[in-house]
Amino acid sequence: MGSMSMLTTDVAVVGAGPAGLYAAIEAAKAGAKTTIINEYVEPGGQLTKQIHKFFGSKEHAAGVRGIDISAKLLGSIDELKVEKRMGTLVWSIFHSNILAIAHNGKSEMLRANKIILATGASENAFAFPGWTLPGVMGAGAAQTLINLQRILPGNRVLMVGAGNVGLIVAFQLLQAGSEVVAVVDALPYISGYCVHSAKIARAGIPILTSHTVKKAYGEISVEGVMVVKVDNQCKPIPKSEQDMKVDTICIAVGLTPLVELAWLANCRFTWVASLGGYVPLYDDKMETTVKGIYVAGDAAGIEEASTAMEEGSIAAISAVESLGLMTQQRAYALRAEAYERLRSFRIGPFGKLRDQGKQFIWRERQKYAERI
Amino acid sequence: MIDDEELVICRCEEVTKGEILEVMEKGAETLNEVKRLTRAGMGLCQGRVCRRLVMQIYCQNVGKKPEEIKPTKYRPPVRPLPIETLASGVKSIELDPDYEGI
Repeated sequence: MGSMSMLTTDVAVVGAGPAGLYAAIEAAKAGAKTTIINEYVEPGGQLTKQIHKFFGSKEHAAGVRGIDISAKLLGSIDELKVEKRMGTLVWSIFHSNILAIAHNGKSEMLRANKIILATGASENAFAFPGWTLPGVMGAGAAQTLINLQRILPGNRVLMVGAGNVGLIVAFQLLQAGSEVVAVVDALPYISGYCVHSAKIARAGIPILTSHTVKKAYGEISVEGVMVVKVDNQCKPIPKSEQDMKVDTICIAVGLTPLVELAWLANCRFTWVASLGGYVPLYDDKMETTVKGIYVAGDAAGIEEASTAMEEGSIAAISAVESLGLMTQQRAYALRAEAYERLRSFRIGPFGKLRDQGKQFIWRERQKYAERI
Repeated sequence: MIDDEELVICRCEEVTKGEILEVMEKGAETLNEVKRLTRAGMGLCQGRVCRRLVMQIYCQNVGKKPEEIKPTKYRPPVRPLPIETLASGVKSIELDPDYEGI
Protein backbone atom coordinates (compact mmCIF):
# COMPACT_ATOMS: atom_id res chain seq x y z
CA MET A 1 0.00 0.00 0.00
CA GLY A 2 1.09 3.57 -0.66
CA SER A 3 2.45 5.47 2.24
CA MET A 4 -0.15 7.51 4.11
CA SER A 5 2.05 10.46 4.88
CA MET A 6 4.47 12.46 2.87
CA LEU A 7 8.20 11.97 3.17
CA THR A 8 10.10 15.08 4.21
CA THR A 9 13.63 16.40 4.04
CA ASP A 10 15.49 19.70 4.28
CA VAL A 11 17.48 19.44 1.07
CA ALA A 12 16.61 17.06 -1.76
CA VAL A 13 19.29 16.59 -4.38
CA VAL A 14 18.18 15.05 -7.67
CA GLY A 15 21.06 13.29 -9.38
CA ALA A 16 24.12 11.67 -7.81
CA GLY A 17 26.74 12.71 -10.35
CA PRO A 18 29.60 15.11 -9.54
CA ALA A 19 27.30 18.12 -9.02
CA GLY A 20 24.76 16.22 -6.94
CA LEU A 21 27.33 14.47 -4.74
CA TYR A 22 29.11 17.73 -3.96
CA ALA A 23 25.78 19.41 -3.23
CA ALA A 24 24.69 16.61 -0.89
CA ILE A 25 28.02 16.63 0.96
CA GLU A 26 27.96 20.40 1.42
CA ALA A 27 24.33 20.40 2.61
CA ALA A 28 24.85 17.54 5.05
CA LYS A 29 28.06 19.10 6.41
CA ALA A 30 26.03 22.18 7.37
CA GLY A 31 23.64 19.98 9.30
CA ALA A 32 20.73 19.83 6.84
CA LYS A 33 18.74 16.63 6.59
CA THR A 34 19.76 15.69 3.07
CA THR A 35 18.28 13.21 0.63
CA ILE A 36 19.98 12.28 -2.63
CA ILE A 37 17.96 10.63 -5.37
CA ASN A 38 19.41 8.91 -8.43
CA GLU A 39 17.73 7.23 -11.38
CA TYR A 40 20.44 4.61 -11.88
CA VAL A 41 21.01 2.04 -9.13
CA GLU A 42 24.64 3.04 -8.73
CA PRO A 43 25.53 6.62 -7.74
CA GLY A 44 28.39 8.53 -9.33
CA GLY A 45 26.91 9.60 -12.66
CA GLN A 46 29.41 9.90 -15.48
CA LEU A 47 32.30 9.69 -13.00
CA THR A 48 31.81 5.95 -12.60
CA LYS A 49 32.78 5.35 -16.22
CA GLN A 50 35.56 7.89 -16.47
CA ILE A 51 38.66 5.74 -16.32
CA HIS A 52 40.90 8.56 -17.57
CA LYS A 53 42.77 10.93 -15.28
CA PHE A 54 41.48 14.45 -14.76
CA PHE A 55 43.72 17.40 -15.44
CA GLY A 56 43.73 21.03 -14.38
CA SER A 57 44.56 22.07 -10.84
CA LYS A 58 44.90 20.09 -7.62
CA GLU A 59 41.57 21.45 -6.32
CA HIS A 60 39.95 19.91 -9.37
CA ALA A 61 41.41 16.49 -8.64
CA ALA A 62 44.00 16.66 -11.41
CA GLY A 63 45.74 13.34 -11.95
CA VAL A 64 42.91 11.35 -10.36
CA ARG A 65 40.64 9.06 -12.35
CA GLY A 66 36.92 9.93 -12.38
CA ILE A 67 35.99 6.55 -10.97
CA ASP A 68 38.28 7.11 -7.95
CA ILE A 69 36.83 10.59 -7.35
CA SER A 70 33.39 9.03 -7.29
CA ALA A 71 34.41 6.38 -4.72
CA LYS A 72 35.81 9.08 -2.43
CA LEU A 73 32.67 11.21 -2.68
CA LEU A 74 30.45 8.22 -1.96
CA GLY A 75 32.47 7.56 1.17
CA SER A 76 31.73 11.10 2.38
CA ILE A 77 28.03 10.69 1.57
CA ASP A 78 27.85 7.65 3.83
CA GLU A 79 29.93 9.25 6.59
CA LEU A 80 27.62 12.27 6.64
CA LYS A 81 24.56 10.00 6.76
CA VAL A 82 22.97 11.42 3.65
CA GLU A 83 19.77 9.52 2.89
CA LYS A 84 20.40 7.67 -0.39
CA ARG A 85 17.55 6.77 -2.69
CA MET A 86 19.17 5.04 -5.63
CA GLY A 87 17.32 3.38 -8.51
CA THR A 88 14.63 5.97 -7.88
CA LEU A 89 12.88 8.04 -10.54
CA VAL A 90 11.66 11.57 -10.02
CA TRP A 91 8.63 11.69 -12.28
CA SER A 92 7.29 15.10 -11.43
CA ILE A 93 7.54 18.13 -9.21
CA PHE A 94 4.43 19.65 -7.59
CA HIS A 95 3.88 23.00 -5.81
CA SER A 96 7.58 23.68 -6.47
CA ASN A 97 8.56 21.74 -3.34
CA ILE A 98 7.18 18.22 -3.68
CA LEU A 99 9.06 15.61 -5.66
CA ALA A 100 7.06 12.67 -6.99
CA ILE A 101 9.41 9.72 -6.74
CA ALA A 102 9.04 6.08 -7.71
CA HIS A 103 11.06 3.10 -6.59
CA ASN A 104 10.33 -0.62 -6.95
CA GLY A 105 6.83 -0.04 -8.33
CA LYS A 106 5.87 2.31 -5.53
CA SER A 107 5.33 6.02 -5.91
CA GLU A 108 5.77 8.44 -3.03
CA MET A 109 5.80 12.17 -2.44
CA LEU A 110 8.85 13.82 -0.92
CA ARG A 111 8.46 17.34 0.42
CA ALA A 112 11.74 19.23 0.50
CA ASN A 113 12.45 22.70 1.83
CA LYS A 114 15.09 23.09 -0.86
CA ILE A 115 15.54 21.19 -4.10
CA ILE A 116 18.82 21.01 -6.01
CA LEU A 117 18.44 19.73 -9.57
CA ALA A 118 21.70 18.09 -10.63
CA THR A 119 20.14 15.98 -13.33
CA GLY A 120 22.96 16.16 -15.86
CA ALA A 121 22.51 15.91 -19.59
CA SER A 122 21.33 13.68 -22.41
CA GLU A 123 23.21 12.91 -25.61
CA ASN A 124 22.11 14.64 -28.79
CA ALA A 125 20.79 12.45 -31.57
CA PHE A 126 21.99 12.71 -35.16
CA ALA A 127 19.54 11.59 -37.82
CA PHE A 128 20.91 10.15 -41.07
CA PRO A 129 19.53 7.35 -43.26
CA GLY A 130 20.20 4.17 -41.30
CA TRP A 131 20.51 5.82 -37.87
CA THR A 132 17.88 3.48 -36.44
CA LEU A 133 19.91 0.37 -37.34
CA PRO A 134 21.29 -1.63 -34.40
CA GLY A 135 24.94 -0.65 -34.06
CA VAL A 136 24.30 3.09 -34.05
CA MET A 137 24.53 4.39 -30.49
CA GLY A 138 25.51 7.38 -28.40
CA ALA A 139 29.18 7.58 -27.49
CA GLY A 140 28.10 7.71 -23.84
CA ALA A 141 26.17 4.48 -24.31
CA ALA A 142 29.25 2.82 -25.79
CA GLN A 143 31.30 4.09 -22.83
CA THR A 144 28.78 2.60 -20.40
CA LEU A 145 29.00 -0.71 -22.22
CA ILE A 146 32.80 -0.95 -22.15
CA ASN A 147 33.67 0.67 -18.83
CA LEU A 148 30.73 -0.32 -16.63
CA GLN A 149 29.30 -3.46 -18.16
CA ARG A 150 32.48 -4.78 -19.78
CA ILE A 151 30.75 -5.43 -23.10
CA LEU A 152 32.41 -4.54 -26.39
CA PRO A 153 29.76 -2.86 -28.57
CA GLY A 154 31.49 -3.83 -31.82
CA ASN A 155 34.72 -4.66 -33.56
CA ARG A 156 35.03 -1.81 -36.04
CA VAL A 157 33.84 1.59 -34.93
CA LEU A 158 33.31 4.98 -36.55
CA MET A 159 33.21 7.84 -34.05
CA VAL A 160 31.11 10.83 -35.12
CA GLY A 161 32.25 13.95 -33.29
CA ALA A 162 35.76 15.16 -32.43
CA GLY A 163 34.81 16.96 -29.23
CA ASN A 164 36.10 15.68 -25.90
CA VAL A 165 33.44 12.99 -25.54
CA GLY A 166 34.12 11.60 -29.02
CA LEU A 167 37.90 11.64 -28.59
CA ILE A 168 37.92 10.13 -25.10
CA VAL A 169 35.43 7.38 -25.91
CA ALA A 170 37.22 6.59 -29.20
CA PHE A 171 40.43 6.02 -27.24
CA GLN A 172 38.69 3.95 -24.59
CA LEU A 173 37.06 1.79 -27.28
CA LEU A 174 40.54 1.18 -28.64
CA GLN A 175 41.77 0.26 -25.15
CA ALA A 176 38.81 -2.08 -24.76
CA GLY A 177 39.75 -3.93 -27.95
CA SER A 178 37.71 -2.35 -30.75
CA GLU A 179 39.28 -1.09 -33.92
CA VAL A 180 38.41 2.58 -34.36
CA VAL A 181 38.34 3.20 -38.12
CA ALA A 182 38.13 7.00 -37.96
CA VAL A 183 36.83 9.97 -36.03
CA VAL A 184 34.80 12.36 -38.20
CA ASP A 185 33.51 15.83 -37.46
CA ALA A 186 31.53 18.21 -39.66
CA LEU A 187 33.45 21.15 -38.20
CA PRO A 188 36.62 22.20 -40.03
CA TYR A 189 38.61 21.78 -36.78
CA ILE A 190 38.94 19.44 -33.79
CA SER A 191 36.91 20.90 -30.94
CA GLY A 192 38.20 18.59 -28.18
CA TYR A 193 41.30 19.16 -26.05
CA CYS A 194 44.66 18.55 -27.64
CA VAL A 195 45.64 16.05 -24.93
CA HIS A 196 42.80 13.79 -26.14
CA SER A 197 43.23 14.28 -29.90
CA ALA A 198 46.97 13.61 -29.56
CA LYS A 199 46.24 10.15 -28.12
CA ILE A 200 44.04 9.37 -31.12
CA ALA A 201 46.67 10.66 -33.53
CA ARG A 202 49.40 8.60 -31.83
CA ALA A 203 47.25 5.50 -32.20
CA GLY A 204 47.20 6.16 -35.93
CA ILE A 205 43.47 6.81 -36.11
CA PRO A 206 42.56 9.41 -38.73
CA ILE A 207 40.57 12.42 -37.51
CA LEU A 208 38.62 13.64 -40.54
CA THR A 209 37.43 17.20 -40.01
CA SER A 210 34.84 18.66 -42.43
CA HIS A 211 33.42 15.15 -42.80
CA THR A 212 30.05 13.74 -41.82
CA VAL A 213 27.92 10.64 -42.19
CA LYS A 214 25.84 10.42 -45.36
CA LYS A 215 24.19 7.13 -44.52
CA ALA A 216 24.63 3.87 -42.68
CA TYR A 217 23.67 0.60 -44.30
CA GLY A 218 23.19 -3.04 -43.39
CA GLU A 219 20.65 -5.88 -43.49
CA ILE A 220 19.76 -6.25 -39.82
CA SER A 221 22.47 -4.15 -38.25
CA VAL A 222 25.20 -1.74 -39.33
CA GLU A 223 27.55 -3.21 -41.93
CA GLY A 224 29.06 0.00 -43.20
CA VAL A 225 28.83 3.74 -43.46
CA MET A 226 29.20 6.29 -46.22
CA VAL A 227 31.22 9.25 -45.00
CA VAL A 228 31.20 12.44 -47.04
CA LYS A 229 33.28 15.62 -47.07
CA VAL A 230 31.38 18.85 -46.42
CA ASP A 231 32.08 22.46 -47.32
CA ASN A 232 32.05 25.29 -44.78
CA GLN A 233 28.24 25.56 -45.13
CA CYS A 234 28.07 21.91 -44.05
CA LYS A 235 26.87 20.94 -47.55
CA PRO A 236 28.16 17.59 -48.88
CA ILE A 237 30.79 17.85 -51.60
CA PRO A 238 29.82 15.67 -54.60
CA LYS A 239 31.90 12.56 -55.27
CA SER A 240 33.75 12.82 -51.96
CA GLU A 241 32.06 9.73 -50.45
CA GLN A 242 34.13 7.14 -48.64
CA ASP A 243 32.74 3.71 -47.83
CA MET A 244 33.88 2.42 -44.46
CA LYS A 245 33.16 -1.11 -43.29
CA VAL A 246 32.09 -0.75 -39.67
CA ASP A 247 29.67 -2.54 -37.38
CA THR A 248 29.30 0.31 -34.89
CA ILE A 249 28.72 4.04 -35.26
CA CYS A 250 29.09 6.12 -32.12
CA ILE A 251 27.45 9.54 -32.00
CA ALA A 252 29.14 12.28 -29.98
CA VAL A 253 27.54 15.45 -31.34
CA GLY A 254 26.93 17.28 -28.10
CA LEU A 255 24.80 17.15 -25.01
CA THR A 256 21.55 18.80 -23.95
CA PRO A 257 20.89 19.83 -20.33
CA LEU A 258 18.34 17.42 -18.85
CA VAL A 259 15.94 19.85 -17.19
CA GLU A 260 12.40 18.46 -17.50
CA LEU A 261 11.83 18.98 -13.76
CA ALA A 262 12.75 22.66 -13.97
CA TRP A 263 10.25 23.06 -16.83
CA LEU A 264 7.56 21.31 -14.76
CA ALA A 265 8.33 23.62 -11.82
CA ASN A 266 7.70 26.62 -14.12
CA CYS A 267 11.26 27.90 -13.96
CA ARG A 268 12.11 30.56 -16.55
CA PHE A 269 14.47 29.48 -19.31
CA THR A 270 16.72 30.96 -21.92
CA TRP A 271 18.46 29.49 -24.96
CA VAL A 272 22.26 29.47 -24.73
CA ALA A 273 23.82 27.60 -27.64
CA SER A 274 27.28 27.44 -26.02
CA LEU A 275 25.77 25.74 -22.95
CA GLY A 276 23.81 23.12 -24.89
CA GLY A 277 20.37 24.67 -25.46
CA TYR A 278 17.63 25.65 -23.02
CA VAL A 279 19.02 26.43 -19.59
CA PRO A 280 17.00 27.61 -16.57
CA LEU A 281 17.73 31.17 -15.49
CA TYR A 282 19.64 31.30 -12.21
CA ASP A 283 21.58 33.77 -10.12
CA ASP A 284 25.06 33.57 -8.56
CA LYS A 285 23.58 31.31 -5.86
CA MET A 286 22.46 28.85 -8.56
CA GLU A 287 18.85 29.53 -7.54
CA THR A 288 16.33 29.45 -10.39
CA THR A 289 13.42 31.85 -10.81
CA VAL A 290 11.41 29.53 -8.54
CA LYS A 291 12.39 30.15 -4.92
CA GLY A 292 13.99 27.13 -3.29
CA ILE A 293 14.84 25.35 -6.53
CA TYR A 294 18.52 25.33 -7.49
CA VAL A 295 20.39 23.85 -10.46
CA ALA A 296 23.98 22.67 -10.77
CA GLY A 297 26.27 20.90 -13.21
CA ASP A 298 25.29 20.04 -16.76
CA ALA A 299 21.63 20.82 -15.93
CA ALA A 300 22.80 24.43 -15.53
CA GLY A 301 24.63 24.37 -18.87
CA ILE A 302 26.99 21.77 -20.32
CA GLU A 303 30.48 22.00 -18.85
CA GLU A 304 32.71 19.51 -17.07
CA ALA A 305 32.81 17.40 -13.92
CA SER A 306 35.12 19.87 -12.16
CA THR A 307 32.83 22.85 -12.73
CA ALA A 308 29.80 20.72 -11.88
CA MET A 309 31.31 19.98 -8.46
CA GLU A 310 31.83 23.68 -7.73
CA GLU A 311 28.30 24.53 -8.82
CA GLY A 312 26.92 21.74 -6.66
CA SER A 313 28.73 23.26 -3.68
CA ILE A 314 27.51 26.77 -4.48
CA ALA A 315 23.90 25.60 -4.76
CA ALA A 316 24.06 23.70 -1.45
CA ILE A 317 25.83 26.54 0.40
CA SER A 318 23.09 28.90 -0.78
CA ALA A 319 20.36 26.43 0.16
CA VAL A 320 21.64 25.91 3.72
CA GLU A 321 22.21 29.66 4.09
CA SER A 322 18.59 30.22 3.16
CA LEU A 323 17.56 27.55 5.70
CA GLY A 324 19.44 29.44 8.40
CA LEU A 325 22.03 26.70 8.84
CA MET A 326 24.93 28.86 7.72
CA THR A 327 25.67 32.52 8.35
CA GLN A 328 25.51 34.93 5.43
CA GLN A 329 29.15 35.86 5.94
CA ARG A 330 30.33 32.27 5.81
CA ALA A 331 28.16 31.45 2.79
CA TYR A 332 29.43 34.54 1.02
CA ALA A 333 33.06 33.61 1.72
CA LEU A 334 32.61 30.00 0.59
CA ARG A 335 30.84 31.06 -2.61
CA ALA A 336 33.61 33.56 -3.36
CA GLU A 337 36.21 30.79 -2.97
CA ALA A 338 34.23 28.50 -5.25
CA TYR A 339 33.90 31.21 -7.90
CA GLU A 340 37.63 31.86 -7.66
CA ARG A 341 38.28 28.19 -8.46
CA LEU A 342 35.67 28.27 -11.24
CA ARG A 343 37.40 31.27 -12.79
CA SER A 344 40.64 29.32 -12.98
CA PHE A 345 38.78 26.66 -14.92
CA ARG A 346 36.75 28.86 -17.22
CA ILE A 347 39.72 30.11 -19.22
CA GLY A 348 40.97 29.25 -22.68
CA PRO A 349 38.75 29.28 -25.77
CA PHE A 350 36.24 26.72 -24.39
CA GLY A 351 36.15 28.02 -20.87
CA LYS A 352 35.67 31.59 -22.03
CA LEU A 353 32.67 30.70 -24.18
CA ARG A 354 31.05 28.99 -21.21
CA ASP A 355 31.89 31.86 -18.92
CA GLN A 356 30.16 34.20 -21.35
CA GLY A 357 27.18 31.84 -21.42
CA LYS A 358 26.96 31.87 -17.63
CA GLN A 359 27.15 35.66 -17.54
CA PHE A 360 24.40 35.86 -20.15
CA ILE A 361 22.21 33.72 -17.88
CA TRP A 362 22.87 35.96 -14.87
CA ARG A 363 22.04 39.06 -16.91
CA GLU A 364 18.81 37.47 -18.16
CA ARG A 365 18.01 36.48 -14.56
CA GLN A 366 18.60 40.07 -13.49
CA LYS A 367 16.33 41.39 -16.24
CA TYR A 368 13.65 38.94 -15.18
CA ALA A 369 13.93 40.07 -11.55
CA GLU A 370 13.55 43.70 -12.65
CA ARG A 371 10.44 42.87 -14.68
CA ILE A 372 8.53 41.28 -11.78
CA MET B 1 21.83 17.62 -42.54
CA ILE B 2 18.39 16.04 -42.49
CA ASP B 3 17.01 15.98 -46.01
CA ASP B 4 15.41 12.57 -46.48
CA GLU B 5 11.62 12.77 -46.04
CA GLU B 6 11.48 9.06 -45.22
CA LEU B 7 13.88 9.56 -42.36
CA VAL B 8 12.47 8.41 -39.03
CA ILE B 9 12.82 11.26 -36.54
CA CYS B 10 10.81 10.09 -33.52
CA ARG B 11 11.76 6.46 -33.00
CA CYS B 12 9.28 5.77 -30.18
CA GLU B 13 6.25 6.85 -32.24
CA GLU B 14 7.81 6.15 -35.66
CA VAL B 15 7.28 9.63 -37.07
CA THR B 16 9.15 10.60 -40.25
CA LYS B 17 10.51 13.95 -41.29
CA GLY B 18 7.95 13.95 -44.12
CA GLU B 19 5.08 13.60 -41.63
CA ILE B 20 6.38 16.54 -39.60
CA LEU B 21 6.64 18.71 -42.72
CA GLU B 22 3.18 17.57 -43.83
CA VAL B 23 1.39 18.77 -40.66
CA MET B 24 3.24 22.06 -40.91
CA GLU B 25 2.09 22.44 -44.47
CA LYS B 26 -1.46 21.72 -43.34
CA GLY B 27 -1.32 24.54 -40.83
CA ALA B 28 0.47 23.45 -37.64
CA GLU B 29 2.09 26.67 -36.49
CA THR B 30 3.72 25.86 -33.17
CA LEU B 31 5.97 23.03 -32.02
CA ASN B 32 3.23 21.94 -29.61
CA GLU B 33 0.83 21.58 -32.54
CA VAL B 34 3.42 19.57 -34.47
CA LYS B 35 3.85 17.32 -31.43
CA ARG B 36 0.13 16.72 -30.91
CA LEU B 37 -0.63 16.12 -34.57
CA THR B 38 2.25 13.73 -35.23
CA ARG B 39 2.88 12.35 -31.69
CA ALA B 40 6.61 13.03 -32.23
CA GLY B 41 8.08 13.25 -28.74
CA MET B 42 5.08 11.65 -27.02
CA GLY B 43 6.44 8.11 -26.75
CA LEU B 44 8.35 6.20 -24.11
CA CYS B 45 11.37 8.50 -24.03
CA GLN B 46 9.18 11.63 -23.96
CA GLY B 47 11.26 13.34 -26.60
CA ARG B 48 14.63 12.90 -24.98
CA VAL B 49 15.99 11.62 -28.29
CA CYS B 50 13.98 13.51 -30.94
CA ARG B 51 13.06 16.81 -29.28
CA ARG B 52 16.08 18.61 -30.71
CA LEU B 53 15.71 16.99 -34.14
CA VAL B 54 12.05 18.01 -34.39
CA MET B 55 13.02 21.51 -33.33
CA GLN B 56 15.75 21.65 -36.01
CA ILE B 57 13.32 20.60 -38.72
CA TYR B 58 10.73 23.08 -37.47
CA CYS B 59 13.26 25.92 -37.31
CA GLN B 60 14.60 25.16 -40.78
CA ASN B 61 11.08 25.11 -42.16
CA VAL B 62 9.92 28.41 -40.64
CA GLY B 63 13.32 30.08 -41.01
CA LYS B 64 13.73 30.88 -37.33
CA LYS B 65 16.39 30.30 -34.69
CA PRO B 66 15.74 28.10 -31.63
CA GLU B 67 15.73 31.18 -29.36
CA GLU B 68 12.92 32.70 -31.42
CA ILE B 69 10.43 29.84 -31.05
CA LYS B 70 8.39 28.40 -28.23
CA PRO B 71 9.50 24.93 -27.08
CA THR B 72 7.06 22.08 -26.53
CA LYS B 73 5.51 21.71 -23.12
CA TYR B 74 6.68 19.10 -20.63
CA ARG B 75 4.12 17.05 -18.73
CA PRO B 76 4.36 14.55 -15.90
CA PRO B 77 5.27 11.76 -15.69
CA VAL B 78 8.63 12.64 -17.26
CA ARG B 79 9.75 9.03 -17.00
CA PRO B 80 7.82 5.97 -18.24
CA LEU B 81 5.95 4.40 -15.31
CA PRO B 82 3.19 1.80 -14.98
CA ILE B 83 -0.19 3.33 -14.06
CA GLU B 84 -0.17 1.07 -10.98
CA THR B 85 2.99 2.78 -9.74
CA LEU B 86 1.58 6.24 -10.39
CA ALA B 87 -1.65 5.38 -8.58
CA SER B 88 0.22 4.14 -5.51
CA GLY B 89 1.38 7.69 -4.83
CA VAL B 90 -1.92 9.51 -5.23
CA LYS B 91 -3.26 8.54 -1.85
CA SER B 92 -0.36 10.15 -0.05
CA ILE B 93 -1.05 13.52 -1.72
CA GLU B 94 -4.79 13.44 -1.05
CA LEU B 95 -4.36 12.68 2.61
CA ASP B 96 -1.83 15.42 3.14
CA PRO B 97 -3.44 18.30 5.09
CA ASP B 98 -1.50 20.84 3.05
CA TYR B 99 -2.66 19.41 -0.26
CA GLU B 100 -3.98 22.25 -2.43
CA GLY B 101 -4.61 20.33 -5.62
CA ILE B 102 -2.25 19.70 -8.47
